[in-house]
Amino acid sequence: MTILHVQGLAKRFGSHEVLSGIDLDVAKGERIAILGASGSGKSTLLRCINFMEMPDAGTVTLDGKVVGRRERELTAVRQRIGMVFQQFNLFPHMTALGNVMEGLRTVRRMPKAEAAARAERELARVGLSDKAAHYPAHLSGGQKQRVAIARALAMDPELLLFDEPTSALDPELVGEVLGVIRALAEEGCTMLLVTHELGFAYHVATRVIFLADGAIHEQGTPDEVLKDPKKERTRAFLARHKEFSL
Amino acid sequence: MQWDFASVLANSDALLVGAMGTLRIFAICLVAGLGLGLVVGLGRYSRRRWFYWPATAFVEFFRNTPVLVQILWFYFALPILMPFSISPLAAASLGISLNSAAFSAEIYRAGIQSIERAQWDGARALGMSFLQAMRRIILPQALKRMTPALTNRAIEIFKMSTLASAVAYVELLQQAKLIASLNFNPIEAYTAVAVIFFACLWPMVQLTYFLERRLARDE
Repeated sequence: MTILHVQGLAKRFGSHEVLSGIDLDVAKGERIAILGASGSGKSTLLRCINFMEMPDAGTVTLDGKVVGRRERELTAVRQRIGMVFQQFNLFPHMTALGNVMEGLRTVRRMPKAEAAARAERELARVGLSDKAAHYPAHLSGGQKQRVAIARALAMDPELLLFDEPTSALDPELVGEVLGVIRALAEEGCTMLLVTHELGFAYHVATRVIFLADGAIHEQGTPDEVLKDPKKERTRAFLARHKEFSL
Repeated sequence: MQWDFASVLANSDALLVGAMGTLRIFAICLVAGLGLGLVVGLGRYSRRRWFYWPATAFVEFFRNTPVLVQILWFYFALPILMPFSISPLAAASLGISLNSAAFSAEIYRAGIQSIERAQWDGARALGMSFLQAMRRIILPQALKRMTPALTNRAIEIFKMSTLASAVAYVELLQQAKLIASLNFNPIEAYTAVAVIFFACLWPMVQLTYFLERRLARDE
């Protein structure tokens, strides 16, 4: 069952064309890893799907309904699509629990006790029950990102967007975040994951997309794209990455 | 010559009345000026033209005209144009509040702009509207950074309250004028007012220094 349908998505910044007509269907339970060199439009694609960036052309259809451009429709769509950022984007003036409660309280208007209980469950899910009262400044990068994931999960998203969730982390902290994402994958969460962790993409994704010059250059199963790429540019990209992952 | 503070102390009840008047106009202008300033500041930050341009015109107009002129204009000119008269308190409060709003608007705008875009992203990704994000995520952080500058504005408003004496509003300076003219002791009367203001403001200034240091430590 297709939950997200993207058609002809295009975006330019000034004279630079970042996305040039992306078509993408995402079925429930799919886990799509998006790869590509920096500047290939990976992040912009994610940000256009939940309208953090306004696409210049194309449509996004969520559950069979085309998303319009009115503020009300955009906020409604963002409530259903969770996003996790490279730099976590936690709210520094709130505790970990406060961060996770915030969407429930302000957007969902959930009563405080109920929101707190829900937030505690989400923090437990990412293994941070003991950090509920901590402010972001007192958490490690990996812990911050896990709080950010809990914050997104609390809203019961139909789709999760991960924008390079481990790129800002020290190497020894990458594992704990990938572990949480892998657990979500096992629970059947639908996700789009922009990443440079090829091994992780290979093991967790159901489909791999290679972006180049703002277009889908090659896509297929992890085995097809990562083990036996058809296109020269995909091969070159993978070769460059493998040099460093001895 | 001789200093004769006895003649001032003998009128301490009049000074007390003046002090109450000063506190009253300070409280009104603090709330109205900083409150309206937030609205104007949001206008200065807005990308909507119907909001941005009036806010910008407001800021430019009130920043570039003297408060004293504004107060006199509201007291003496406005009643000629409008079918009602206006009290000294209202005229002085209007002038000081509008002027403070113009200055504090720029503090709010700068404070809001100083919050990283990532915070907006985090809020909007949860499905927050602009106003929800502003109220829950952006303003609480921005206000913390703005506290020293806003405390400065409060000090300015406190001092500007003396301008209300130009339209005979009963506040400290107005009462000092009265005491001075009745007792022929301008030196003592005005010195007393200066000392009272210093005694009130010096702790406030120390507070801003403290806040600035604390903020610098947190960042």
